[in-house]
Amino acid sequence: MKSVLGFAGMLAFVLTGAIAPADAQQPKRGGTLNFAISAETPHYDCHGSETYATLHFSAPFYSTLVRFNLKKFPEIEGDLAESWTIAPDLMTYTFKLHPNVKFHDGTALTSNDVKATYDRMRTPPKGVVSPRQATFADIGTVETPDANTVVFKMKAVNASMIEHFASPWNCIYSAKDLAADPNSPRTKINGTGPYVFGEHVKGSHVTGRRNDNYFKKGLPYLDGFRGVFTLQAAAMLNAVQGGQLLGEFRGISPAERDRLVAAMGDKIRIEEESWTLNLLVAFNVEKKPFDDVRVRRALLMAIDRWGGSAGLSKISTLRSVGGVIRPGSPLATPPEELVKLPGFSKNMTAARAEARKLLKDAGVPNLKFTLHNRNLAQPYTPAGIFLVDQWRQIGVTADHKQYDTAPYLATLNSGNYEVAIDFSNLFMDDSTLSLAKYLSFDRSPQNLSRAIDRELDKLYDAHVRERDVEKRKGMIRAFERRVFEQAYQQPILWWHRIVPTHKTLMGWEMSPSHNLGAQLETVWLNQ
Amino acid sequence: MLRYTLHRLLMMIPTLLGVAVLVFFMLRVIPGDIVEVKLRGDGGTVSQEMIDYERKRLGLDKPLIYQFGDYMYGLATFNLGISMWTERPVTEEISLRLELSLQVAIMATLFAVLLAIPLGTTAALMRGTWVDYVVRIVTIGGLSIPSFWFGMLIMMGLLYYWNWLPPITFTSIYVDPVANLTQLIWPAMAVGYRYCAVVARMIRSSLLEVLNEDYIRTARAKGVFEKVIISRHALRNALLPAITVIGIEFAFLIGGLVVTEQVFNLNGIGKLFVQSVARSDFTLIQGMVMMLAAFYVFVNLVVDLLYAVFDPRIRYG
Repeated sequence: MKSVLGFAGMLAFVLTGAIAPADAQQPKRGGTLNFAISAETPHYDCHGSETYATLHFSAPFYSTLVRFNLKKFPEIEGDLAESWTIAPDLMTYTFKLHPNVKFHDGTALTSNDVKATYDRMRTPPKGVVSPRQATFADIGTVETPDANTVVFKMKAVNASMIEHFASPWNCIYSAKDLAADPNSPRTKINGTGPYVFGEHVKGSHVTGRRNDNYFKKGLPYLDGFRGVFTLQAAAMLNAVQGGQLLGEFRGISPAERDRLVAAMGDKIRIEEESWTLNLLVAFNVEKKPFDDVRVRRALLMAIDRWGGSAGLSKISTLRSVGGVIRPGSPLATPPEELVKLPGFSKNMTAARAEARKLLKDAGVPNLKFTLHNRNLAQPYTPAGIFLVDQWRQIGVTADHKQYDTAPYLATLNSGNYEVAIDFSNLFMDDSTLSLAKYLSFDRSPQNLSRAIDRELDKLYDAHVRERDVEKRKGMIRAFERRVFEQAYQQPILWWHRIVPTHKTLMGWEMSPSHNLGAQLETVWLNQ
Repeated sequence: MLRYTLHRLLMMIPTLLGVAVLVFFMLRVIPGDIVEVKLRGDGGTVSQEMIDYERKRLGLDKPLIYQFGDYMYGLATFNLGISMWTERPVTEEISLRLELSLQVAIMATLFAVLLAIPLGTTAALMRGTWVDYVVRIVTIGGLSIPSFWFGMLIMMGLLYYWNWLPPITFTSIYVDPVANLTQLIWPAMAVGYRYCAVVARMIRSSLLEVLNEDYIRTARAKGVFEKVIISRHALRNALLPAITVIGIEFAFLIGGLVVTEQVFNLNGIGKLFVQSVARSDFTLIQGMVMMLAAFYVFVNLVVDLLYAVFDPRIRYG
């Protein structure tokens, strides 16, 4: 028996050794990672931001309570939390913190810091922006029985609460700093993360140096990092090709990937995965004639998503056809069911004939409007051109207007548009996050259609409390059907993430979201 | 001369005052609200109460005339205010980029002038020969090729032939001169080529005109050496219009290299200008316009003073 076990053990060793990936090498210490950040954050506050630009800048300096294990996504692992328990009724979450964690200013982290952080997000003081306030509305109280224990007591069940605790935006701040100035995290960095803030040269770069007091022994491997703001894709590609930058962790287009592969051969590593990001088309129901469901449905029915996917995936980061949940993820609607939903037909001749009829019935057969879009080449511009062409085929004229990011978002959020290309930037596949964008406008200001639909709200609330996965799936399908029948807004296509890194860069984990994995604690350089 | 210089310096005040008034009121009539862009600009959803609070904090709720008064008082005390976007002093934001932009402008000017004078002079003196044709082809190329495109060619060439690129982040020349020059020589060459073409053509045509003047014929009749005629009499006069062009081009380079800065990923004044306009950052735009206006006025003064150095007939009394 002993020899059998010994042989099995040896076989297992040989097999694992044989198939072990290159990343399984012994990590080397030292070196500075230079990488590209394609946008510059206006502030450092994770809580107050919804752009990756803030995370790629700030995440290496901070820790969160728990986070996603990218090797086993979407499993959750502890970050500051050494362990945690969830009550069977999902009404109490107890987190035990790692002992001896210190902020970069030398003060010790306690449960009070976690409480102050979550209180800031749940009930932001005057002048503090907290876009995820609604996410934590189900939390009743945050208790701190001792310095290393935090207890969240819920007002209502939220079956996905632990995933929300793992949000990369939940950087833990110092209670002392927040007490002195609740808005201090916008301009000052004091975290417990693997790197200590070095400098931010506006318009140029951010640097971090190794946190020698990091609570995870032996980490990080790097001496430091330098995130260089490369707002122009050509400059970024040149820098990656020339070796000044070892990677860009958001994602590049297929053409950019092909250029790097052709120029660099086996020196570049390309990782690809479907992305938790989609572009949507949103109709402002407060503007005529988009208050008429026939008009909205006609415009969605005219879009050939399947044909668009085949064409756009060659030139842009757009690829998969999907509903409100990322295609291919466990809760997503499979293609055979998707084609039955309004706007997803493969018979475009019939769909466009019906779209024309709907427009005629609505009294706007030659509809003209402005399509508001962001002036980013990838993938907004091709998506806008694609939509204008699709609508032209049913006699609709759309004037394609593109703006810089900030005025684009400001225009959309102020409701000063008719039709717009919007985006849904998620960090996980959980439906409580994906569906929230489609809730009534008075509950979800991120719903740019500004529609009020209590039936959708009811379906959403029921599904949040539902713990049975199959029942939950059924509710998601019903929600999705309602959204598409009412045609307030609808995903055009889901993105495809392509990340280029030099092969000397090791320990970085690919995931479906560019918002995850930005801490860089396990990254090392094989030089 | 001193009186003239003082007079010109004093004349800068009403000029800059006019620019200040224009830029302040023109910015206020252009659509765009910094608070909307700032708070909703990174995708966040904020309440009207929050927007009102921020407007009050930035002083945008005050009547326009009060805002104008604050702005003029700031200018009078050399305080350009705080950037509404980054919340750092405008002077800090500008000075962070000015060293780079100024250095590129100086290097491009040196590159252009050092090449343009011999090229333009040779072309004029060898008019109609193959040398003249080569210089004309080179200079027409410089005028026709956009600087940013030439910059892209430089970068592609460096990558293709040497698999090397200059440093991507700026290091001050006082900290590491080698790294600094290695980074900035390429953009300086990219913009310097066009600049050189403009100046060389100006010198060529101007020199051709001067060489036909009576005083040149007189000098030759007196038996003065050709080299002395060219350097002391002809070139000196021919440089006058070129000095004007050099001055204008130099001032333009400080804030006008938007696309070239993007190609080389430079953190310069041009990029900051575009970003501040996109963000409706009034205080920063005002500060930069004032800085550039003062720079233009100052460069013009220097050009006028140089006239007197090159042409003894010109005396400012």
